[in-house]
Amino acid sequence: MTPAPLRTDQLFVNLGPQHPSTHGVLRVGLTLEGEVIMRAEPDIGYLHRGTEKLSEIRGWNQLVALSDRWDYCNAMGNNLAYCLAAEKLLTVEVPERAQHLRAVMCELNRIASHLIFFGTFGIDIGAFTPFLHAFREREMLLDLFESCTGARLTYNYIRIGGVMRDLPKGWPDLCREFLEFFKPRLQEYDTLLSFNPIFLDRTKTVGHISRESALNWGVSGPNLRASGVKADVRKLDPYCLYAKYDFEIPVGKTGCCWDRYYCRMLEIKESVRIVEQALGLLADGPVMAKGVAKILKPAPGESYGHVEAARGDLGVHLISDGNTAPYRLHVRAPSFMNLQILQELLVGQRMSDVIAILGSIDIVLGEVDR
Amino acid sequence: MGIVLDKLPGVCGVLPGGAGVLAASDEVVNWARKRSVWPVTFGLACCAIEMMAAYAARFDTDRLGIFPRPSPRQADLLIIAGTVVKKMAEPIVQIFHQMPEPRWVLSLGSCSNCGGPYYDSYSVVKGVDKIIPVDVYVAGCPPRPEALIYGILELQKKIEKMSLARGAGATAQIETGPRRYD
Repeated sequence: MTPAPLRTDQLFVNLGPQHPSTHGVLRVGLTLEGEVIMRAEPDIGYLHRGTEKLSEIRGWNQLVALSDRWDYCNAMGNNLAYCLAAEKLLTVEVPERAQHLRAVMCELNRIASHLIFFGTFGIDIGAFTPFLHAFREREMLLDLFESCTGARLTYNYIRIGGVMRDLPKGWPDLCREFLEFFKPRLQEYDTLLSFNPIFLDRTKTVGHISRESALNWGVSGPNLRASGVKADVRKLDPYCLYAKYDFEIPVGKTGCCWDRYYCRMLEIKESVRIVEQALGLLADGPVMAKGVAKILKPAPGESYGHVEAARGDLGVHLISDGNTAPYRLHVRAPSFMNLQILQELLVGQRMSDVIAILGSIDIVLGEVDR
Repeated sequence: MGIVLDKLPGVCGVLPGGAGVLAASDEVVNWARKRSVWPVTFGLACCAIEMMAAYAARFDTDRLGIFPRPSPRQADLLIIAGTVVKKMAEPIVQIFHQMPEPRWVLSLGSCSNCGGPYYDSYSVVKGVDKIIPVDVYVAGCPPRPEALIYGILELQKKIEKMSLARGAGATAQIETGPRRYD
């Protein structure tokens, strides 16, 4: 008796919306042929809160609070992108001290955001310890934010025309103390995770994004730089006083998962450098521009402001019709753009690598769905 | 174990001295349940980051027996950490029903309490209690990890008062009526 020929079927697997490694509520519909992925369809909208529509009801100043909640890991960057766009409409001149403070806060927040990435990416791959290390340092960072802004996660600190309030007494010293404590920790992370052979095996060989496809899909931020494109809004279109700071843009070579991971780790180092320089340049002065009213009514017009947020090029497009709320607000969300490449990237990969690839792209669903 | 706890009140009811046995088993069962509240790792939005912080180094909820489980099948507590939008409502009800009984729900943050800053949004469910029963509400936007821990301590007090005679075994919880999404 001859055995019947092997019959194989394609299998459809739902990854999410409740999955510990999708970093929120993302559903990816995977069509599998054995272990290999034939099709991947990201299904978003499980956190669609209608922020852009709400912006047409809320006042100009109130929107800063909503912007905190787009990319909640990097709230300062969101505040800044919105405020830059609004300030262009209002033609407000931001005082120099406020500009430096904005840079300090944004870079510290970038470190906090990359630390979350470092921790959760470790968990995705199967290493739990980095998570505890990352959150230990992140808590110290949040203490700094809390003493200055009063909040741990959603700061509402950067306002139209400057920042909410000046630093509390002794804050720069506390910050420098933290940075001194933090710098050796980066080497600890490298020995713990970055050059761990198991980690390297799982991330070096999968999830390659070529330079061309990264550009074609509109990928930005560390994901783009890992593919070898030296693109950073802080250098290409400097905002605040970034032109005054001396820092490098880390670039990867092959665009694999590990490159994307390590690009972020190198970025942390650069952020530390920027914070140190900005703290050195802090001079006394006002932190809020004069004559910014509580209820704003900018002249009709359009403006676009963008910043290098932790996940990439975050842009805000505002249209004003001269009212107390924007006529339209559109967010160019880097996570949303970065997520789209999944449908090309996952095809041909193995099921066991999906989480490594998804984790390395580092999306925040609050920003994807808004 | 669930079957035993379900049958216990009935058996103890007819036996002489059954009430004492029941009270003693209440104490043992509640003691065990209270100190091993295992939540599902299920984050929706911003509050999930504070929930992660509560599990991590500084706040370390492991010392209270709170240890996140990736699957709802192994969990006792569903922490709704973040905004519940209409598309997510159905999966949340499904996750709730996948959890074994007895199960508890903690609503973390203003969004899942009442809609929070999205109280007038077209796509947000104004409060997760519109779709599943909630035991503890924690206020804040987002609540601090301390607030979450306090909420779980309050839940432990609630668990302490549970009684097998009042149906705290594995009996099916009553459906909460027709689902409303706004």
